Amino acid sequence: MTDRKPLKIAIASGKGGTGKTTLSTNLAAYIAEQEEVVLVDLDVEEPNSGLFFKGELIHEEAIFKMIPQWDETKCTLCGICPKVCNYHAVIQIGPTILVFPELCHSCYACSDLCPTAALPMIPKKTGTLRDFGIGNLHFVESLLDIGEAQAVPLISKTKKYVAANYGNVSITIFDSPPGTSCPVMEATKHADFVILVTEPTPFGLHDLSLAVETMRALARPFGVVINRYGIGNDEVIMYCREENIPVLAKIPNNRKIAELYSSGKLMYRDFPEVENSLSDILEYCVKEVKGGIA
Amino acid sequence: MKIAFTSEGTTWDSLIDPRFGRTENIVLYNEESKELTSVDNSAVKNDAHGAGTATAQKIFELKPDVLITGNGPGENAAKALKHLKMRIFTDANNLTLRQAYNNYLSGNLKEV
Repeated sequence: MTDRKPLKIAIASGKGGTGKTTLSTNLAAYIAEQEEVVLVDLDVEEPNSGLFFKGELIHEEAIFKMIPQWDETKCTLCGICPKVCNYHAVIQIGPTILVFPELCHSCYACSDLCPTAALPMIPKKTGTLRDFGIGNLHFVESLLDIGEAQAVPLISKTKKYVAANYGNVSITIFDSPPGTSCPVMEATKHADFVILVTEPTPFGLHDLSLAVETMRALARPFGVVINRYGIGNDEVIMYCREENIPVLAKIPNNRKIAELYSSGKLMYRDFPEVENSLSDILEYCVKEVKGGIA
Repeated sequence: MKIAFTSEGTTWDSLIDPRFGRTENIVLYNEESKELTSVDNSAVKNDAHGAGTATAQKIFELKPDVLITGNGPGENAAKALKHLKMRIFTDANNLTLRQAYNNYLSGNLKEV
């Protein structure tokens, strides 16, 4: 498994709480038994993969986004900046330009189009990235600062850090945020394969179908893992069959799994059938990604 | 005095829109000319964020002396509105513009 091009697997879901972190952490630890692997927690609003690993902190850095800062002495109050800001992050109230950093998307329009250079871009801290080493496992997580509304810039910079430092590691797993909005797209859009974790309930199906639409829009190859299999109904299975979506594994609903998870423990070593599922999932991902095996 | 209302409709019988940033309309009453006019604000529906600052910018351009609304502006809008010399009255939820205006005149609305 060492002679192939690096494989990037994103683990996502429509619905929250379906088991993204369960699958990400167990899959990463399972792979780490054999080879080097990177696990990246991109759920930057509430990263929790780190609860399952105790490693050595290798690197920590503050992550910044660029925002405009009003220079009153240069401003002529021409009114261009509030007009060009699509996000209403820059407004003009009389003789004052107000900047709302948490609304700013760092597009530079106001700054670049200001005729008197009165809105220079300055860095603003939005979060912190941490990189841990645990044997074969490199674990990278980022945490968005309290009050910051935008996860995307932090997710994007975290991916860049991973590409720069671990671009040659053969497998990288991205634990994505829930939902189908911008942070999920940012977390999944460069993945070679996306695993959508769902549960066999009406909620699970509803949100899975949204996630499927999203992955189709992003043209990502994807498959489904059904977690807590045994509860709910058959609708998720029927849906996947009708839509020709591969079901990579079914992880049984089991109180013991929930107990292990809630105490921050990995579960595959206690459940041979889960370990088999992890093996199946990995094998599928490797095969599915063209040129995966050299 | 010019009075601005966040409003679901465009007449005296319309209900106050309790939302500031995402109000459907901004209705203006000119006490001198007795004229009631309105500005459509429904375009903010397309914005996921920034409705409060967008509406604050619009209100600033309309230059009212008084704003009558429901829930009150959110954090960003409140920051922007601080720069305006405008009195803001809230808690006019579930009232028509006429009722809200009468409550304002009789001092029965909460001032921010």
